[in-house]
Amino acid sequence: MIPTWDWCFRKEGWPVSRLLVYLIPFLVIAVFVAMARYERRFAHDPTHKGFFERNGTTLGIVFIALVAFWTLFLVVLPYLYMVQESFHPKLVAADRGGPKDILTTEQYRSFFVQPTDGEINTTHMGAFIFTLVISAIVTVLNFAICYPLAYYMAQAGSVQKVRLLMLALIVPYWVNEILRAFSLRLLLASKGLINQALMGLGLTDAPIDFLGSNVGLYVGLSYAYLLVMMFPLYNAVESLDKNQIEAARDLGAPWWRIHKDVVIPYAKPGIASGCTMVFMLSAGSLAAPQFLGGPKTLWFTSIVYDFFFQAFNWPRGAAYAFLLLAGCIALVMLMLRLFKVSLGETIK
Amino acid sequence: MSADVELDRVTVRFGQFTAVKEASLKIAGGEFFSFLGPSGCGKTTILRTVSGFLDPSEGVVRIAGQDMIGIGANKRPTALIFQNLALFPLMTVAENITYGLRVRGVSRSERMKKADELLSLIALPGQGNKLVSELSGGQKQRVAIARALAVEPKVLLLDEPLSALDLKLRQHMRNELRAIQQRVGITFIYITHDQGEALTMSDRIAVMNNGVIEQVGDGKAVYDMPTTSFVASFVGENNPFAGRVAKADKSGAVVETPFGALRGRNPLGVKKGDKAILFVRPEALRLGKGEKDATITSTVLNVAFEGNATHIFLKGAEKKDITLTVGRLESVKIPEQGVEASVAYDPDLGLVLPEGRLASE
Ligand SMILES: Nc1ncnc2c1ncn2[C@@H]1O[C@H](COP(=O)(O)OP(=O)(O)OP(=O)(O)O)[C@@H](O)[C@H]1O
Ligand SMILES: [Mg+2]
Repeated sequence: MIPTWDWCFRKEGWPVSRLLVYLIPFLVIAVFVAMARYERRFAHDPTHKGFFERNGTTLGIVFIALVAFWTLFLVVLPYLYMVQESFHPKLVAADRGGPKDILTTEQYRSFFVQPTDGEINTTHMGAFIFTLVISAIVTVLNFAICYPLAYYMAQAGSVQKVRLLMLALIVPYWVNEILRAFSLRLLLASKGLINQALMGLGLTDAPIDFLGSNVGLYVGLSYAYLLVMMFPLYNAVESLDKNQIEAARDLGAPWWRIHKDVVIPYAKPGIASGCTMVFMLSAGSLAAPQFLGGPKTLWFTSIVYDFFFQAFNWPRGAAYAFLLLAGCIALVMLMLRLFKVSLGETIK
Repeated sequence: MSADVELDRVTVRFGQFTAVKEASLKIAGGEFFSFLGPSGCGKTTILRTVSGFLDPSEGVVRIAGQDMIGIGANKRPTALIFQNLALFPLMTVAENITYGLRVRGVSRSERMKKADELLSLIALPGQGNKLVSELSGGQKQRVAIARALAVEPKVLLLDEPLSALDLKLRQHMRNELRAIQQRVGITFIYITHDQGEALTMSDRIAVMNNGVIEQVGDGKAVYDMPTTSFVASFVGENNPFAGRVAKADKSGAVVETPFGALRGRNPLGVKKGDKAILFVRPEALRLGKGEKDATITSTVLNVAFEGNATHIFLKGAEKKDITLTVGRLESVKIPEQGVEASVAYDPDLGLVLPEGRLASE
C-alpha cells in the first residue's frame, strides 16, 4: 500500500506508525553516514585507502547502492512492515487508514485470551509450548546423531570413508523437502512399509501409529536439519589438533572423558551454532509438521500460516510470528547463558 | 621409580610401507636414551609404539618386563611429550598439569598440592592460574614436562620437544631437561634429529636410518667408532673417500681412492678387494704433507672464518667437498682460494668401513 500525503497526516487512526516504517530505513542510513563521518574525522588511518579510492567512484556507488537496496528493501523494510502490521486490527481494505485503523495490542492479547469468548487461549499457547519443546527435543536428537558422526569424520575416519560418508549425507538433500517428507510418511504410515514389515515378522499384531504418536514428526524434523547440525560440528571438531586427544588419552583419560574434557569444550562454539540453527529452523518449519505430524498435532507455524492464508488475518499472523521469534530467541539466549557461550562465538 | 624398556624385533608397517624394521634394543631403567636420525626415519613411529598409540605389526614392546600387547596408551606407565606439546588451551596451567590426576580421581586439594610441587620443579612457582596462551615458548615446554611428570610415569617419552625453540633457549632447555631427569630419576626416551642434542644429553644413543637401527652406543662410541657409513656420515661432520681395499689386516686397511691409496683403522675387518669408504673427520685433518698413504692433495675452493675456527673446503672426488677445520690457536698459514694444498692425517684417526649409504645422499 502506497501512502499519499493526506493519508499520512489524517488525524484519525495512526498512520504515523506506517510512516515510521518508511522513515526508519532513512534513519539507519543517517546513522551509517554519521559513523562513516566520525571515522573519517577521528579514527582515520592515513595509510589506509578509502572505500572510493580502492574501488573507484562508479563502482563504489554501485556497491553502496546494491548493499543499501539489499539491507533496506529485502531485510529492514519487510520486517518493519510486519511489526507495524501486528499492532493493527484486522480490517477490510476499505477501512485501512480510516478511523478504525488504530494502534492496538489486541493481536498479541489474543494469543493469551480468546477475543471471541474471553477464555484462556489454551489451544494456541499449547501449540506454542509444544512447538518449542519438540524443537528442543529434535535439537538434542540431532546433536546426539551428529556428534559421533562429525567426530568420526573429522578425527577418526580414513579419507576415502569420510568422502563417501559426506556424499551419503549430502545426496539425499538433492531431493526436495516435500518429497522427502512424503516418502517418510509412506514409510511410517499405518499401512506403510515399516508396519508391514513389523507385522510380517510377527513382532506386532496391529500397526503402530508412528504418525499419531509424533514419531514421524521427530524423524522428519531431525532428518530435515541434519546437515545444519552436521557442518558446524564437523568444522569445529575438524580443527582440533589430534595430539590434544592423544595427550588426554596418554594421561590416562578414558574415551568419554576425552570427549567431555577436550573435544566438547573445544567444539562448544560449533555445537552452540548448530543447535541454535536447528532449533530455530525446526520451530519455524512448515512442511515436516504438516506432512508428518499426527492428526491432533498443532504446530505453531501452521497456525501462523493459516492466519495469513486461510483467515487473511495478517495482523494476527504477524503478531504470532513475532511471538514465536521472541520465544525462540529467549530460549536460545537462556541456553547460551546456561552453557556459557557468548553469541559472538556461535557465528565464528 | 623407573622401568626398563625393551623392543623385541619390533616391525611397524603402514600398509605396504615399513616404517620400522626389526628394531631390537634394551633401555635400562633410569637411562637417558636418545633416538637420533634424519626426518622420516621412523623415530616418532617407535615412540608411538612404545606409548601405545600404535601396535607393532610384528614383535613386542616390554616395559618393566611386562608385555605391552593389548595395553592401551591410557594404561601404560609411560607419558609422552608431543612434538607440538599439545597443551590444553582451554585449561589453566595448573589444570593442564593435574589433568592426569583428575582423570585418576585424585582429590582437588591433593591435586593443588601436586601442582604447586611441580610448578616449583619447573621453576614457574605461583603461575598455575595463567592460561597456556599467556606463557612463553620455553615456559610451555616446561608445563608440558610437568604435565607428563604429574602422573608419575616410569618412562617419559619426548618427541623432539625442543625443535620449536630458538637456539639459545634450546641450549638452556637441554641442561634443564638433563637436570630434571637426574632429579626424578626415571627413564627418558628422547627423540631428535639434532646430533648435538643427542650427544650432549644422552647416556646412550640409537642412530636410525630408513626404519633401521644402525647402531646403539654412548655418544663417544657413536662418534669415534661408528659401525656403518651412515652413522659415520650422519653423526658429526666426516669426509668420505670411497674405493676398493688394496691391502688389509687387523691393524689397518688401505683404500684405493681418487686421491691415491689412503690408510685407516680397520675395526670391522674389511678384506682386500671389498668396496669400502675411508672416513676422516675435519678436525683430524691438518695442513701440510704427512705420511704418503695419509696425505691428500686438492684445490682450495673456499675458506670460511668462523671465529674460534676456520673451515677450509677442498675439491672432493664427487659433489661433496673435503672439509678441514683449523683451530684459532694453531699457527699455520691458511692457504688461499684456488691454490693446490696438501692435507694429512694421523692414520689412526682414519676409519675404513664397508661401503654403504651416506647421510643426506
Ligand atoms: N599414519 C601413517 N600412515 C602412513 N605412513 C606413515 C604414518 N605415520 C608415519 N608414516 C611414515 O613413516 C615414516 C616414518 O615416520 P615418522 O613420523 O616415524 O618419522 P620421524 O623419524 O619421526 O620424522 P620427523 O623427524 O620428520 O618427525 C615416514 O616415511 C612417514 O611417511
Ligand atoms: Mg617425528
